[in-house]
Amino acid sequence: MVLAAEIGQLRWMVMFDVYKVREDFPILCTDVHGRPLVYFDNAATSQKPQCVIDAVIDHYAQHNSNIHRGVHQLSERCSAAYEAARSKVRGFINAPRDEDVIFTSGTTDSINLVAQSFSSAYLRKGDEVIVTEMEHHSNIVPWQMACERSGASLRTIPFDDQGDLELHLLKEMISDDTRMLAVSHVSNVLGSVNPVKEMVSVAHGHGVPVLVDAAQSAPHIPVDVKDIDCDFLAFSGHKVHAETGIGALYGKSEWLQEMPPYQGGGGMVANVKVGGTTYAEPPLKFEAGTPNYIGAISLGAALDYMTGLGMNEIAAHEERLTEHMLESLGRFEGLTLYGDATLRCPVFSFNLEGLHHYDVGRILDKMGIAVRTGTHCAEPVMDHYGVTGTVRASLALYNTIEEIDVLLEGLERVRSIFA
Amino acid sequence: MSSWKVSREYAAYSLDSMTIVAAQNEIVAEFEGMADWFDVYEALVKMGRELGSLEEDERNDENSIPGCQSNVWLKMRMENGIIKLEADSDALITKGILSLLLRVLDGRPPGEILNTQLFFLYDIGLSTNLSPSRSDGLNNIIGTVMDFARNNGTQTS
Repeated sequence: MVLAAEIGQLRWMVMFDVYKVREDFPILCTDVHGRPLVYFDNAATSQKPQCVIDAVIDHYAQHNSNIHRGVHQLSERCSAAYEAARSKVRGFINAPRDEDVIFTSGTTDSINLVAQSFSSAYLRKGDEVIVTEMEHHSNIVPWQMACERSGASLRTIPFDDQGDLELHLLKEMISDDTRMLAVSHVSNVLGSVNPVKEMVSVAHGHGVPVLVDAAQSAPHIPVDVKDIDCDFLAFSGHKVHAETGIGALYGKSEWLQEMPPYQGGGGMVANVKVGGTTYAEPPLKFEAGTPNYIGAISLGAALDYMTGLGMNEIAAHEERLTEHMLESLGRFEGLTLYGDATLRCPVFSFNLEGLHHYDVGRILDKMGIAVRTGTHCAEPVMDHYGVTGTVRASLALYNTIEEIDVLLEGLERVRSIFA
Repeated sequence: MSSWKVSREYAAYSLDSMTIVAAQNEIVAEFEGMADWFDVYEALVKMGRELGSLEEDERNDENSIPGCQSNVWLKMRMENGIIKLEADSDALITKGILSLLLRVLDGRPPGEILNTQLFFLYDIGLSTNLSPSRSDGLNNIIGTVMDFARNNGTQTS
């Protein structure tokens, strides 16, 4: 056992050299307020490796043209690159077919697509949609709007103070009236990894489809839609080191076939006559207008980069960071950490006794440390703990143990200023 | 918004507004003597602590200034032709900045407030607070005072 662990450790060291990884990200070499940047705001957005930046520049410099409809060389190249990116997304989430992947502008757009399209076909008065108390607003508000339109109601699975969902309540809550379960894979505030596979199994037992918001899991852990068996899964490009304005929605093909399109326009039709229109097959049915093909190409490059490093290796590195962070925060007097879920990603929300999160964030900024303060678009989570906001340090594959130590020094400095 | 970011020299040309300009110059001089950001923030925290608090029932929606991060409450009234201001926040740094704003704007006639450029926040290096971001609503605070001045006085030139 010991030998196996040592070999595992050795393999990790060889496979994942964080200092070498950092060289791929130009922004990590910059200074903020005259100090080396410590970027701990990755749950908001991630930084981009040079290969992603290059992919975008190269594409504009050498290949740019609108996709699909062109007969010329550039358009064909662009269409091929766009579809290759779709294939990379499919591989990244282990979807069965390329056609099950729709490009969207991000997780919010993906969820809105389902909330509108699915709901218009299947959600009726008296029906129910279930979400959880720890959702980002983008997995609450689209469902509230869908419920308002249809006369359905929204129910919420609570979580305990540790940040684990009260899973037994799902079993009580789910009924013949339930039409959808929408749940985040990883909480953007608490870092909790939710047992989505188990939840899908419960929901499917009642014939209820499940949407998984993977915005905060895709950057950190392997995401496998076949294994989870979810009906829909959404994630954002900009959180996995690609451009902003691109994201993906996976849908099981039977749903994508049946669901009506939610936006009309070019690119999503088979035939248009004055008297009526036949829609294209998925995924094009859901990609009206010129898509963000450059964004898609950047997403393909980013996923190549991440899979090149290895999602298991990334997860292992981040586990080490998590361990060090929890140990360090735990030792810091007067610090309250929100959420200590059994399984977690490197997202840490906390407050310092007697101090406003905004004050803490402002001082950390002066020390070159980028954290986020406020409600993190998850007000129900704030309400759960009875706070107006938190300081959130969210880490990524390029962060180091030393940076965590800088954060702790920063917190000491905060304490001395407000002493 | 960007009109606040003007130099002291320009603002000094506005002869009607020497008192607001003088208050700003005084603050800028105080802050110029500080060695680094650490001193600046220590000073802001101290000022924040020294600024009185509004009563609980005055920290209400009516006095609340929309801002994403820290709550800010501003109480305004007219008294003998001048604007009286009281302010509070749940964040100390914000409270420190409010304290500076009050030093400049509290007790001034509406016309003077409307005709004077605010430059001191920019000059003392807190200019990020003047960006139209949602981070602390400082823009909204200044805008709210301006609106109040506009509604309660005749603008002089």
